[in-house]
Order: sequence, then C-alpha cells, then structure tokens
Amino acid sequence: MANPTGKSYLGRFGVHIAVLFFVALWTLPTLGILISSLRDKDQIIVSGWWTSLTSSTQTEAGRLPPPNTAAERDGKFVLEGNLFEVPGSRAITNFGIRAQAPTEFEAGSVADLGDGETMQVNADGGFIMTMPAASDATRGRRVYYAATVPPRFTTENYANVLFSEGIGRSFINSLTVTIPATVIPIMIAAFAAYALAWMRFPGRALLIATIIGLLVVPLQMTLIPLLELYNDVGELFGVPSKTYLGIWLAHTGFGLPFAIYLLRSYMAGLPRELMESARIDGASDFEIFVKIVLPLSFPVLASFAIFQFLWVWNDLLVAMVFLKTDATQLVLTARLNALLGSRGGDWEILTASAFVTIIVPLIVFFSLQRYFVRGLLAGSVKGG
Amino acid sequence: MAAQIFSAILVIIIGVGGCVGYFWGANKLLDVIFPSRGVKGGAAIDNLRRQGVIRPWLFIGPALIILTVYLIYPVVQTLILSFHDRGGENFVGVANYSWAFGDREFRNSIFNNLLWLLVVPAACTFLGLVIAVLTDKIWWGTIAKSLIFLPLAISFVGASVIWKFVYEYRGEGQTQIGILNSIVQFFGGSPQVWISLPLWNNFFLMVILIWIQTGFAMVILSSALRGIPEETLEAAVIDGANPFQIFWKIMIPQIWGTIAVVWTTITILVLKVFDIVLTMTNGQWNSQVLANLMFDWMFRGGGDFGRGATIAIIIMLAVLPIMIWNIRQANKETGGH
Repeated sequence: MANPTGKSYLGRFGVHIAVLFFVALWTLPTLGILISSLRDKDQIIVSGWWTSLTSSTQTEAGRLPPPNTAAERDGKFVLEGNLFEVPGSRAITNFGIRAQAPTEFEAGSVADLGDGETMQVNADGGFIMTMPAASDATRGRRVYYAATVPPRFTTENYANVLFSEGIGRSFINSLTVTIPATVIPIMIAAFAAYALAWMRFPGRALLIATIIGLLVVPLQMTLIPLLELYNDVGELFGVPSKTYLGIWLAHTGFGLPFAIYLLRSYMAGLPRELMESARIDGASDFEIFVKIVLPLSFPVLASFAIFQFLWVWNDLLVAMVFLKTDATQLVLTARLNALLGSRGGDWEILTASAFVTIIVPLIVFFSLQRYFVRGLLAGSVKGG
Repeated sequence: MAAQIFSAILVIIIGVGGCVGYFWGANKLLDVIFPSRGVKGGAAIDNLRRQGVIRPWLFIGPALIILTVYLIYPVVQTLILSFHDRGGENFVGVANYSWAFGDREFRNSIFNNLLWLLVVPAACTFLGLVIAVLTDKIWWGTIAKSLIFLPLAISFVGASVIWKFVYEYRGEGQTQIGILNSIVQFFGGSPQVWISLPLWNNFFLMVILIWIQTGFAMVILSSALRGIPEETLEAAVIDGANPFQIFWKIMIPQIWGTIAVVWTTITILVLKVFDIVLTMTNGQWNSQVLANLMFDWMFRGGGDFGRGATIAIIIMLAVLPIMIWNIRQANKETGGH
C-alpha cells in the first residue's frame, strides 16, 4: 500500500500525531496524580503539576499572628516573626495585603497600612508589623506574597497516607478481601465448567442458558436480599453480619457466572479425542479433569484470576454493602471514597492515596497483560 | 492486623483445601458406593451408569448452591420486595413503582441514564475503533495501545480522584491547578466548577467512564480488525477505493458483530455505573443515576428496601433485552452441543 507520494507521508505523519494526541489524553490525567503525589504539599496547591519541574514564582498567602499577641516596644505594638517554618526556604520578591494586589510592595520595603500601621516583609520571610495602639483582635492579618520556589519532590505524602491516613491498613484489608475472593471461585467454577462442557446430564442446556443469563444480572438486584439474609444469619447465630467470610462468598457468587462461562467455552474447545482416548484407557471423569483438562486450561484460569482480582480489588459497591466502615474492614476503594469526603481539597493526600490504590492493579495488569487480553477476547459478553 | 493476615491465609488454605477435599472425597465416595472396577459384568455396567448419573451433580453442585443463594434467590426476592413497603413486611402493590415515576429525582436519574446510554457506548466504540485503526499503522502502536488500555485496570474510585484533579477549580484569576481550567484560562475563558454545571456535569462524569472503557473497545475491535481477510482489503485497493471507503465499506461491515458485542457490554456497564457518580457528585446538581439512587435508598433513613428494590428492578428491566439476546446467541452457538 505504500506509495511514496508527499500526500502519503503527510498522512503517515498525521497518524503519528493523532495517536500521540490520544496517548497524551489517556495518560496525562494519571501522570498528573502521580507527579502531584510526589510534590511538596504546599507546591501542589499553588501551581499546576505540569510546571512542577520549573522553579516558579508563586503567589501565596500567609497569616500573621493575632494582633493581641503584639509586644509593646517604644510605645508601639510590634508583631515580629517569619512567614516560613524554615526562614529563607523561599525567596520573597513582593508582598501585599490585599488579595487583589498580592504583589503591591517590594520585599524589604515598608508598607503603610493606614491608621499608623506599617508592615515590612523581607525576602527571607521575616516580617515586622507595627501598630500605634494595642489591639484585642484574635485574628491575624492576611499577607500575600510572591515567592520563588525551587521544585521539591518528596515521599512524605506517601509516608503520611500509609501510616496516618489509614491507607496502609486498608491496603492489608484489600488484600484480605481480594486473595481468597479470587482463589475460591476458580476451583468451584472449574469443576462446574468441566461438567457443563464434557458430561451429559439432563438439564445441562438449561443450566448453561441460566448462567449466561446471570452474567448480566446487575449486582443491584442482589444487594438488598443478601443484606437481609446476612443480617438474619448474623442474628440467628449471634455473629456479626459484616465479615470477611461474607464478602468472600459474595464475590465468589458474583464472579461464578463469568468464571463458568469463560472456562466452559475454553474447555469445550479442547480436542474431543483427548478425552475419549483417556476414557478408553479407563480414566474416570475426575481423573480426566485433574490430569488432562486442568493443566491444559491454565491460560484461561490465569485470565479469570486476573479478571476476578482486578474486579474485587477495584470494587466499591460490594465492599460498602458487606463490610463495616471501621478501620478493621475498610478497603482501599472505600477508604479513598471516605477521604474524598473528609479531605476533599487536600490533594497531597488524595493523589498519594489514589496512587497506592491503583498501583497493584497496574502491576498485575502490566505483568499479565497477555492473559488479560485473552480473557477479554474470550468473555466479552460480561459487563464487568 | 497480624491476626487478620493469618486468618486470611488460613481461609485460603481451608477454602482451597475444602474444595479439593470435597471434590476428591465426593468422587472417591462415589467410586466406593458404586464400584465399577473389581466387580463383574452386569453389576459393573450398572454401577458405571449410576456413576454417570450422579457425578455431574457432584461436579456442579457447589457452583449451583452458590449461584442459587447469591444470584437466583436474591433476584426473585428483589422482585417480591419491590411490591412491599420499606421494611419488606406489608404488600403495597405497585405503590413503589407509582412513587418512582412521580419522583423528581427518579425521573432525573432516568433522563441521565438515557444520556449515559446514548453517549458512553457510542463514544467508547467510536474512539476504540479509531484508535485501533490508527495504532495498527505505526511501529509504536503496541505501546500506544498499552497506554490507552491502562485505565481499564484502574478502579472507578481511583479514576474519579484522577479526574477530580483534572476538573479542580480555583477562583477566576488564580493559578489553576486543574489542567482543564488551566487550559480554559490560558485561552482566555473563565474557569468553571465543571461537575456542578447542570446537564453538562453528566458529560464530565461520562468522560471518566469513556476514558476507562475505550481501551476495552479498542482491544476487542483491534483483534476483530486483524481477523479481516487481507484479500478483501487488497481487492478494494486494486479497485481504487480510498482509505475512507475501505474503512466504511469493507472493514466496518465485516466486524459488525464485534461492534455489537462491545456496544452491549458497555451498555450493561453503563446501566450499573455507580462508583463514579457516588464519588464525584453523589447525585447532586442533577447528576443522579439509577444505580446510585438505588444505593441511596437502600440506606437512606435506615433503608427503604421496597423503593431500593423497585429501582433495582428498573435497572434489570433495561438489561433484560440484552440478556435474552445473549442467551439466544449462545443457544445458537451451542445448539447441538
């Protein structure tokens, strides 16, 4: 198809540009939180993450100590201190006292605030404010300043969310939910899939149809009765109704139709001669399954395992219904949802937390993409 | 915490061990009760036959029990509950349904769900197809596809945080830290609180799902495109077809079935979309959808199971045609098997 005309080269160039555009659109949002999660928490809120590599002049705001703490000196009342925790950590070029004019005065100059009040802010963040009379105001004056900030990257945010915001604990909880909820269905589904693919019994066609029907049943249909059932069982036996066992079984139930469907269609595609020759040799169905079908089905078992792992790890709905909302059972997705409510604007916490929750799926996904795609192609009737 | 890890490991061992034990034990037991080896002639054949009758049920039994408890029973029970009051005790006929259609929030959800249904599957399929075609032509297409595919592994909640950061709003004139408002401001526009703009906010939420699901559509469609016989394309080129004609008249008709599968799969997903709306707006600013409304009623004021169940049934009704179509397709395929 290649014809070396100018138009074709132009077209080819256009394809590269178009794909590059799509790739950028699809990766930039994630890159944004990854970079932000590594930035200093003060820098996140004053400049876009895309400028994080440049040392930038940023307009920030600080607050002076309350005027009622001013010390008397030479008949005037003076507030003195430094805007920065570490004096001189940033260089102030200008400052101001109104949000509309945050860079009204040059650093080091003395600003007249009216009523005999003056303020001076130095480049290193040190300030002196003088007032003619004592004040009992308890709210410090706001001061705005433009500062040159060198880029600073840190892992503090991660340490913070892992150990103080409960993300670490939730990580363990997520693993606790996910691993058994991935392992248990595989076994149960594999036997059922073999029976549906290679054994003859009445009602088999109906069962297959039922399972395909169940593939698309919205989880919403099951939640209320199961919640009631769990409450009743809990009451009957005097045990808590929200337990890990409960959610393992729930995820097993929800994952089974897809597992059986996926495994059955794969197993049904195995060569018939293989089973028949084994049967002639006197092998029972159990032996055929364990010794022949199971080893041959490894790729599809892996596909399902990845699907189920991702689905359970990423699930929020089932976890919110079947688990408690305290630290002992809050999984990552639910914790992240809670943080969105309680720490809405604290992007250093949200970005780091989000990245912790998505890192495991990303690793699983990248290392096992081959199996994932295979499963996707084989079982694309399921809605996730 | 250590106890928790220990108990999880224990459960894996008990669970897997229990499964192995059950399947192995049950089969062994069957062989002992109806021995087929070591007995003579007619008895052995009789026993083999009995084994053949029982064994499938041993294999499928556990799956059947779990499916019944976790899917079949709840579906039936939800249907029953939808005709009962909030506690599920008193029969109220179709009161919940008539409530639903008179409820402003419910009608808003239906409207929004329809918007989602119109936009998301179409956008995902279209973008997926375009990217699949484009990436097929360049040497770094595999890498590009991997990167576009990647959001599929990210949870809806994680994706919501990612996009909330994209949509982040700061007052006009301030440094925008959300990339969208930053771009808007760069071109002289005024920054917006995107997720609270009525009607439009739906689209900003949809973008998240489209971002996640396009990779899915792309992978499936890309594999379908590869399956198109080379000869048909070559013949079209020889006949002087231009790339657009090849795409629309040769490629699309041949992958029509796959497009339908992708479309319906995403449609089902859209009907169940919950996490994105919950985390982004929780239905505020007229962005409610059915799945989130259902969850809301499940717990609102101690939980109104009747109304919750009713909303679930409405979602189910929307899925039903696809379910029936799937079953018929599968029956066709496995017809004689």
